[in-house]
Amino acid sequence: MSITYLEAIRLAQHRALADDPRVFIYGQDVGAFGGAFKATKNLAKEFPGRVLDSPISEDAMMGLAIGAAVEGMRPIVEMQFADFSTCGFNQIVNQAATLYYRTGTPCPLVVRLPSGGTPGGGPFHSQSMEAIYAHYPGLVVMTPATVEDVYTMLLEAVALDDPVVFCEHKFLYYHLKADKLPVEALPFGKARITRPGRDATVVAYSAMLHEALAAAEELSQDGYDIEVVDLRSVRPIDTDTILASVARTGRLLVVGEAWPWGGVAAEVIARVAAEGFGLLDAPPQRLNARETPVPYHPALWGTHRPTATAVVNSLRHLLEL
Amino acid sequence: MTKGSTSVPYLASDRSATEMGGTATVSREIARRSYRVMLESRILEEKLAALYRSGKIVGGVFLGRGQEALSVALGVHLRKGDIYAPLIRDQAGRLAFSDTILETLRTYLGSSLGPMRGRDGNIHRGRPSEGYHAMISHLGAMVSTVCGGLIAKRFKGETGVVGATCIGEGGTSTGSFHEGMNMAAVEKLPIVVVVANNQFSYSTPNDRQFACADLITRAAGYGIAGYRATGNDLIDCLDVIGAAVKAARSGEGPQLVVADLLRLVGHGEHDDASYIPQNLKDSPLGRDCLELARLALLEEGWLTEAEASAWHGAVEAEVEQTAAKVLREPVPDPAEEDWNAFAVVGRNLSGEDDE
Repeated sequence: MSITYLEAIRLAQHRALADDPRVFIYGQDVGAFGGAFKATKNLAKEFPGRVLDSPISEDAMMGLAIGAAVEGMRPIVEMQFADFSTCGFNQIVNQAATLYYRTGTPCPLVVRLPSGGTPGGGPFHSQSMEAIYAHYPGLVVMTPATVEDVYTMLLEAVALDDPVVFCEHKFLYYHLKADKLPVEALPFGKARITRPGRDATVVAYSAMLHEALAAAEELSQDGYDIEVVDLRSVRPIDTDTILASVARTGRLLVVGEAWPWGGVAAEVIARVAAEGFGLLDAPPQRLNARETPVPYHPALWGTHRPTATAVVNSLRHLLEL
Repeated sequence: MTKGSTSVPYLASDRSATEMGGTATVSREIARRSYRVMLESRILEEKLAALYRSGKIVGGVFLGRGQEALSVALGVHLRKGDIYAPLIRDQAGRLAFSDTILETLRTYLGSSLGPMRGRDGNIHRGRPSEGYHAMISHLGAMVSTVCGGLIAKRFKGETGVVGATCIGEGGTSTGSFHEGMNMAAVEKLPIVVVVANNQFSYSTPNDRQFACADLITRAAGYGIAGYRATGNDLIDCLDVIGAAVKAARSGEGPQLVVADLLRLVGHGEHDDASYIPQNLKDSPLGRDCLELARLALLEEGWLTEAEASAWHGAVEAEVEQTAAKVLREPVPDPAEEDWNAFAVVGRNLSGEDDE
């Protein structure tokens, strides 16, 4: 059996619906149609009345989820694309994120954001929103990079009493496969050292994990031993694991598909500089998308986002510093 | 006074108070309770204004003077188990639903014993887990939040419940309001939305706010029932909103009530409302709903002058005593504050923040 990243998302939602009567799914075309990416395929049939088509109203979709969460439900909202979550931004950051601190009433909801670039996606179907949401206290932001993590972390997200922005990567939907789903899992909030090494640390998350791993593999041909850390969630962020890795390697490269300005890579570097400056043998580096909107044509898109080749180049630079 | 003609014909879905039975549907008990709450709201708000002027309240003070009749008419028709998301000028509705003079003062004065514990203030208070939503400042946002509460109750099999929220005419211009109304209609939710058309959104007059002849026409656009109420007439507000709440409760879907009135204060206490023309203040729209309610109850024989006077004195005493008590209460201590916005994340068993 081979399970894709996308199927793992569907199976996690299936299990959440089966295990917990408080769970329901709300989003555009998620019902009988099964969702734009088929992440809810057959769920409406198997769980009648619990997988509901919404109007094209991202603001109200989030408002509805918040109101339902307050009344004890566990809503999962599917944004058709992460990019459209900007239309629900107000409810997410001003209502969901503030509710517990203001009132003491938890807001247990999950909003799924099909994130990141794919060939031909273009400016409005490719965005990576994790840094924007992670900026707001009160929001958990998960960025799973593996089939196993997307399954277990989505279940954790549903079970959590805090609102979760779940950034699942569309580029991984079909390509990434696993033989089986995990029984046990590393809890969210803990980073994973996916590949141990001693010469430099690459911190990555989501689709960039795989570019980093490919880059590490390529550099191993030259005798370099690169450590790759998968953040898994960007908020909470596992600073301890990052610092421990940098303590071993002395060199840090952070890779993110999002834009650099005020982003996750900047946050990681700020933390390492502030808390582990003495561990560094070289200035910490970051590699992000180019600072234009995400271009449509694959020839442009392929150089807009960091690739394994770009990571190799950044690492060679870092290793020479 | 709605923009354009004042003789807009009623829509097919629009039932007037007269059609629904007029004052005959309003009971003595409801009217008396409503008047008492209006009085509490007015006297409490006068105290809030005084506390603001003397520097005891920081931030803003936003009063509902002139809008108490409309506000209380919604709050008084809700009951435990319903969902209520009041807005900026709903002190009266809040008191009628579940709020108290004590919790209001604690929130405005930032008492650490209040529901908001100094974390949020003034009108941004509530107890969401008890159906009393705490508004955010972004107008229209609470419509869909109430929808969500009602969807949850539908999932849980709770029937006969109603959700309600209020908004000003300016708030109807937001995308959030539109999305929420449309969603409520699609899901046929038992929600009552009351629009207080007080003619000015802060300082902006209606002809710069919307171009339709009458906001009641929006109801037909959403495919829901619409009603008109006279905003400073307590009996009419009770009658019309009572019918709307009843219709929602009995499964007839969303209900929109539009009422014309005038706010008899500024947007906040910092605002002298000099943009409201004198002729509007002198028009029937500018008549004080509290005084009109007193006269109406006296005329019906539902209240005596002596009672009205005694209530006034009792409420004044309660407000004064409560304010004095709250002024002595502790304010939040930054050293003791739980500086963690998460319910679960970053908390370990000892309650220490480790994010």
